[in-house]
Parts: sequence; structure tokens; C-alpha cells
Amino acid sequence: MNAQVDSLVQIKDLYKRFSISGDFLDQLKFRGGKLVREQEHVHAINGVSLDVQRGEALCVVGESGCGKSTVARTVMGLLSPSSGSISYEGQRIDNLSDRQVLPYRRKMQMIFQNPYASLNPRMTIAQTLEEPVRFHNAGSSNTEIRDKVHEVMHSVGIDPTWAKRFPHEFSGGQRQRISIARALAVDPEFIVADEPISALDVSIQAQVLNLMMDAQESRNLTYLFITHDLSVVEHFGTRVAVMYLGSLCELAPTKTLFATPRHPYTQALLSAIPRLEDNRSGHIRLEGEVPTPVNLPSGCVFHGRCPHANERCKREIPQLIATSDGGQVACHAVEEGRI
Amino acid sequence: MALLEVRNLEVRFGLRSGEVKALRDINFSLERGERLGVVGESGAGKSVLGFSILNLLSKPGFIAGGEILFEGKNLANLSPRELRGIRGNRISMIFQDPMMTLNPVLTIGQQMVECLLAHRKISRKDAKRIALQKLKQVYIPSPEKRFDQYPHELSGGMRQRIVIAIGLLMDPDIIIADEPTTALDVTIQAEIMDLMLELCERNNVALMLITHDLGVVSQVTRQAMVMYAGRIIEHGPTREIINDAQHPYTQGLMNALPQMAIPGQRLNQIRGSMPPLQNIPTGCAFNPRCDYAMDICRSTLPEYVRSGGCRVACHMVAQQLAENAAPQTLEVK
Amino acid sequence: MSEQLQTMDAPPSAWQRFRDSHLWHSFTRDRVAQLSLAIFVTYAVLALLAPLIAPYDPYDPAQIDILNAEMPPSWEEGADPAFWLGTDAQGRDLWSTILYGTRVSLTIGLCAVALQALLGIIIGLFAGYSGGRIDSLLMRCADVQLSFSTMMVAIVVLAVFQATFGTELYQNLAMLMLILVIGIAEWPQYARTIRASVLAEKKKEYVDAARVIGLRSPRIMFRHILPNTLSPILVISTVQVANAIIAEASLSFLGLGMPVSQPSLGSLISSGFEYIFSGSWWITVIPGVVLVGLVLVMNLLGDWLRDVLNPKLYKG
Repeated sequence: MNAQVDSLVQIKDLYKRFSISGDFLDQLKFRGGKLVREQEHVHAINGVSLDVQRGEALCVVGESGCGKSTVARTVMGLLSPSSGSISYEGQRIDNLSDRQVLPYRRKMQMIFQNPYASLNPRMTIAQTLEEPVRFHNAGSSNTEIRDKVHEVMHSVGIDPTWAKRFPHEFSGGQRQRISIARALAVDPEFIVADEPISALDVSIQAQVLNLMMDAQESRNLTYLFITHDLSVVEHFGTRVAVMYLGSLCELAPTKTLFATPRHPYTQALLSAIPRLEDNRSGHIRLEGEVPTPVNLPSGCVFHGRCPHANERCKREIPQLIATSDGGQVACHAVEEGRI
Repeated sequence: MALLEVRNLEVRFGLRSGEVKALRDINFSLERGERLGVVGESGAGKSVLGFSILNLLSKPGFIAGGEILFEGKNLANLSPRELRGIRGNRISMIFQDPMMTLNPVLTIGQQMVECLLAHRKISRKDAKRIALQKLKQVYIPSPEKRFDQYPHELSGGMRQRIVIAIGLLMDPDIIIADEPTTALDVTIQAEIMDLMLELCERNNVALMLITHDLGVVSQVTRQAMVMYAGRIIEHGPTREIINDAQHPYTQGLMNALPQMAIPGQRLNQIRGSMPPLQNIPTGCAFNPRCDYAMDICRSTLPEYVRSGGCRVACHMVAQQLAENAAPQTLEVK
Repeated sequence: MSEQLQTMDAPPSAWQRFRDSHLWHSFTRDRVAQLSLAIFVTYAVLALLAPLIAPYDPYDPAQIDILNAEMPPSWEEGADPAFWLGTDAQGRDLWSTILYGTRVSLTIGLCAVALQALLGIIIGLFAGYSGGRIDSLLMRCADVQLSFSTMMVAIVVLAVFQATFGTELYQNLAMLMLILVIGIAEWPQYARTIRASVLAEKKKEYVDAARVIGLRSPRIMFRHILPNTLSPILVISTVQVANAIIAEASLSFLGLGMPVSQPSLGSLISSGFEYIFSGSWWITVIPGVVLVGLVLVMNLLGDWLRDVLNPKLYKG
């Protein structure tokens, strides 16, 4: 794969497994009279490659358990990849020490899903916001830090005179603003947002989305936006990556994806969005359920539920291929021209 | 006579700081086979409404006034024993979290059979037959196998289906579904909604669907009520509300949806947030967030006026109607 | 910014926050908690001011007269009005001795618990936050420690110390030894509780946020996680102080605790035990009642705190 000039974050062939077998003693089992060590893994991500380009909002969508949050946490270094690499501006960052990674912590920040858990309940807003500023600007005076905190609070629409308050005195939407302010406080270039609006009410969702779009414009941010809500993606995303069971199915510019979804799973997903129009028939019913990520299906992970699956889909894992309209799709049927 | 009729319902919460009104002026009726959507954001009182109908309000909450008439009987006055005969039997409830209904230490079958035996005088064998038949109705693959499984062995979508099957067990007249698909993925949500629609239509069951998702309401229900700060602010045919909302809050809610804006442009947000129950503004509860707020909105609680097929609680709508034609203030039906 | 800034009142002071808290509210309605706290405060004040209140100094041999031995309390026949709770076998005023004894018992209880808390919190935080092998190792150590009963460890250690270094030195160091032994023997209680709450807190997103900022582990542990585990610490602390006081009393009763010249409540009970059948019941019974009262109110306070601070009980 050739590195593009304007790519900011590169995820290359990422795999992440979690062991679910407990500690060493739990792994020992008797099999046929012999003592053997057995380990079971959840295969959360299986070979995902993504390029986040400078200035875009790349949305990752998928249903629960598809590994989209794991991608976000791995990119941020909260989890370390089982294999594969993460690079920032061409520099590999997944194998750096805590000290070496510090400059990148400044450039990459994260916004979390649950506004009720993402702020430390025992710290005032001022303490929460001052901490990253002080940490990353060693030697700056108290006035400078306070000014910076006031500036970010103002930019997210929170009155700076509330700084002495504790998180529980704020509503969910306000807390999410504060959480965004904390991310913006160190002037990052790249923000990973893990379902930032799914815990909020409709009218508050709009406020927070607007805030994020304003921030993107005024601060030249690049987003990696994780969500399950496709209507938000349609509005917010520059490009969309659709994930299923730890694999990337389709990656395309937003308009293209919503106009002409190629992958059968993307088609089913799009047809299931409850629309305001009165056309409740016509969504594609998928058979069966998402298989467990402990024992992955062979071949294409979607083949068990795909109406277009054939023998090849059961054997061979499809690779991402470029489509004529600028997207990429991992599907044998599309490649063979069957759909 | 309507199947369910709620008249002037008022629910209060006894808090440390004093009593607050969680619901006020609640008036609506539900006919057999009708599907009613209750829309609102968190704190609007929509779940409280669902709970109060079955008198399931927990400690600080209580019904302070009004009537809940089910086939003419006031549920608010029934003894716990009589109420048990209706709960789960004539009116059943489906919650957001299937584990609120399912007992983790009993198999699916045990729970269904217990439920049947509690309400009907039938043999265990018959109970099992009915249970299996209901499981088939909700399209559970190999129901005999699922019958002996525990809830944790099933996926979220499957659990919600089982809960629906349990809800249908007694052939109820009304199903109250409180955010039944919020915890589920979109593809599963679509399937569950299809299933509920089909079952309600086939069995002529009335559905009261409580949700925050306008899309779901638009696809499933015929009537809709929009709630704000414990009051119904707009009530009418779903299509009419979706296509031509009268109340500024409903309009704001619709316009805030990403589907209503041009991709990449700012969304039309409503400023501020829902007031807490202890602190509901005087006059129209929505006035601090409303772009059209007038003096009267800050002082007087708006009465309901009929506009098209809807009734709306808004001074502005009332004024516009008065300008257009002879005003007709609506007494509550 | 198109967003309008809503106004709020001035932020409440720490005192106002406390007045509005669930803790204070529940305290104002719970008679048992109020009474327990009042009694405990009385104990604490009496113990603290013992040198001022006590009519005699039981540590001063010049004030003790063996001729006054075994005087009954003032309401019994043959009492001396100078000693209202009577005297013990050595002629010490029982009231003064109890005041000083309470002081010794409380000091040992509080210091031992402080030591337990220090060890337990550090070990528990470290085990919970690190996870994996370190966690397993530390928690297995805790299990091993717990499988020896506190009394057994204390008796062995104190007896060996007494035998090796002689009674003279032991009596000088008795208080320090008791604090060390009780403190070290009970740390797993704290470590387990802390570890459990650390495991719960560690999953919350504010910890991830702190890691994303790049903060070092010690800072995350002590600045972010520790303050959020204070509620369980507070609850077990009250119960642990009561337990430590009982442990000290038991050891003293067995002759391994405080020396007779510097009695705690336990050694006072023990010293009176020989005389209980000769009719001088008060030397044992009165300090016994005092001890039971102290431990009881601490346990009641602990129960109340646990009920209030358990979020599952009041948020649901």
C-alpha cells in the first residue's frame, strides 16, 4: 500500500485479540488423559487498514461488537495491537514508550461516549480542564493556564464562571461539552470520538454535533468518528468505513456510500434506518445473527447471512478492491460482478 | 367506550425539596388495535406515564389525581390483588432492558409456564404448549431448544423477542412498550418493530410505544403524542405531526434530526435543555427555549387548541388559528 | 458562538455542598446515627481531655495508695466518696484509670487502622490498577495473610518478642508493638476492598481520558482513582477501628497487651478478673461496659455509613 501524502493517521493491517481464558491455572485442561493449556480469544479486529486523511471526518460505523470502539481505543494507545501498526504522520506510534509517545498525546485526543462517566466526579471543571494544559505546558504560569481554560470553556459554550462546579451539577449535554473542552484544551490536530452523541437526547445531539463541526472548521481538526447511527454519519462524515465482525466491509465517500452501497451488509444496514417517510416495508432482512467473534467463520465473515454467498465466500477472505466510484469494498460477489 | 382512557392524570414525586409534578393534564384514549406513539426526550415523563398506567410507580412517585379507565374500571383505585389480574394479563409491558423482565436463574420455559399458571387454571402440559406456540409466533428458531435455555445463553435481539413472547402470553388487550429497541442494533430494531407491528395487527392488540426515536414512531404508529416537561404538547395522527408539526418544540425536534439538514451544514438545534422537574418555568414550559416566545407564553399555561387533526398546547398556534377563523377552544375529549 | 450562555447562581461553598449532601440529609433523619456519633464524640473528648478531667493520675505511683484497694463504687455500701467508681486492686481510682485506658485503647485502635489503611490502600490500588500477574501475586499474599487469624499472628509475634527481649523492654514498647502487629495483620481487608473499587473505577471513561492526556500511572492512581474509592474506605475504617480496639483488648486480656502500669481497657478488665469472685465485680464490669459501648457505637456508625454510601441502595 502506498502512503498518501496527506494521510495523517495510518492503520495498517491491524489485529486485536483478547484472551477470555482467565489466568494460567484456568487455561489448564484435561484432554484425553493429558494436561494441555488451552486459550480462547475474542477476535475483535481482524486485519483492518485505514488511512485517515488530514482535515476529513472519517466515520466508522457498525453494529455492537463489530470492533469499532476497539479500533478507536487502539489508535489512541489505550490498547496495544496484537499485530499491525498505527502511524501518525508516517511515524509509528504503537510501539513507543510512555515518554516517547507524549508529543503525540498532545496532537491526538479523544471524546468519550458516556458523559456521566468521562468526567472525574471528585474534580471541579476547572481542575479537570487545567490538568491537561498544565501537564503539556510545563512552566506556564497560573494566569496563562486559567486564560487557556477560559478560552476553551467559552468555545464550547460553557460559562467560565462555572469552573468551580462539579460535574454532577451539569446536564448530560453540558458534560459532553466539557468533555470536548478537555480534548480541545491541548490544541490537538486529531480527535477520536467514540460514540460522542449516542447517550444524548435528540435536541442535544444536534447541539453537540454542531459544536464538533464548528471546532473542526475553526481548529482544522481531523476526526475519526465512531458511531452506530447512520443518519449522523450521512450528515457528518467525509468518508465512511463500514465494519462487520472485526473486518472492514466497505470504505467510500459518504455520498457514494449512501447513494450506491455495494457491500450486501451495507445495503442491509442502510435499509434498516427508520426513516420519517411512510415506507416501512422494504428493509432487507438478514438471516440469523452475528456469529460470535470467538470462533470466526471461515472466508468472508458475512457469508452465513449473505443472500449472495457462494462456495468461494466460505473459503476465501475477500480483500478490499477499489470500485469505479472511488470507494473500496471487500466482497467476492462485487468483484465477480454478481451484484 | 374506549379500551383505555386517561383523564386529567397527575403524577407527583415527593422529593426532599418538596413535591414536584412529573405529569400533569394527561388526557388521551386508546382504542382496541390502535397504535399510539409517545415521543419525548429524557425527563419528559414518557416512561413515568407508562409506569403510572399499571400503577407501577416506584417510591417517591404517586398518582396525585385523575383517572386511568381500563374498560371503565379506574386502575388507580384498584386493590393490588385486582391490579395483578390486569397487569401482565390484560395489559402487558415490555421494557428497554430485557433482563428487567427475565429472571436470570430460570429457564425461558419455566418463566413462561409460571406466568401462565399464575393467571390461568390450566395444566402444566397445556401451559407448555401455549408457551411454545407463542415462541413460534415471535419467530424464535427451534423453540423447543430455547424453551430449556437460560436468558444469558441468548443474544440481545433474541431476548427481546422472548420478552415480547411473554408479553403476548396472556393475549393481552394492550401492550405498553417502553423503548423496546433502544438497546438494540438498527438491523435488529427493524426486525423487532416489524414483528410487533405484525403481532398487534394480527391479534388486534393496542400498542402504546414509548420512544425518543421519531423515525420509529413514524413507521409504527398511527397516533402520536409529543411530551415535554410532563405535559402533552401535541397529540394527533402521526403522519400529520411528522409532516406538519404545529408546536415549535415538535418542529425543533424534527429539524434537529441530521436527515433534515444538508450534509455538512450546521444542524438546526434547539438551544438549552429540558428543565428539571423541580424547576419548570411558569407559563409554557418550553418558553425559555422557544424562538417565538411571547409575553403570554411566560405567564400563562397554554390550553389545548385543535388544529387540523391535532390538539396542540401553544399560544402561537392558538393566535394563528384565531386570526384565520373563529377560534374554537377545545374541551378535552 | 451562537450558543447562549445560561446563568447559574454562584457555586455553593464546601459547607453548603455538605449541607445539601445525601450524607447530611440522612444523618439528620437517623436517630441511631445521631446518638452513636454523640456518644462517640463524648468518648473521644473524654479520652483526649483525660489529664484535665481525671481526679487522679493513675500513672503516678505517688498518688496510689494500696490501702484504698478494692473500694466499691459510690452507690455501694462501704464506698469512699473520693472514688465514685471505686478503685482497682492496686488502689487506683477506677474512673481516672478508665479515662486513661480509653485514651490508650482509642490511640491503639486509630493508629493501627491508619497503618492498615496505608498498607492496604497502596497495595490495593497498585494491584487493582496494574492487574495481571502483579495483581494475582499481591492478592494471593493477602489470602495467605487472611488465612492466619489476627489473634494467632499477634500472640505468636508478641510472645516471641516478650521471650526474646525480656518483659522490661516489652513493657516500654507495648503500645508500638500492638499498633504494628494489629496494623500489619489486617491490611488485606483494606487491600481487597480498595482493589474491588479500583477495578470498578478503572473501567470508567475518566480514567481513559487521563491516560489519553498522557498522565503517569501514579498520578492517575492517586489523583483520579483514589478519591473515588473513599466511600468504602470510610465504611470499613469505622468497623476496623472497632475491631482493632477489640483485638487490643483481647491481647491485653491474655497478658500480651498493655502492662498493668499503663492499662488499656482490656488490661483493666483482665486485672479485675481475678477479683470478680471475691466480690469486686466493678473492676471488670465497669471497664467492660465502657468497652462494649465504644465498640457498639462504632459499629452502628459503620452500619449507617455503609447504608448511606452504598449507591445501589439510594439511587435505585
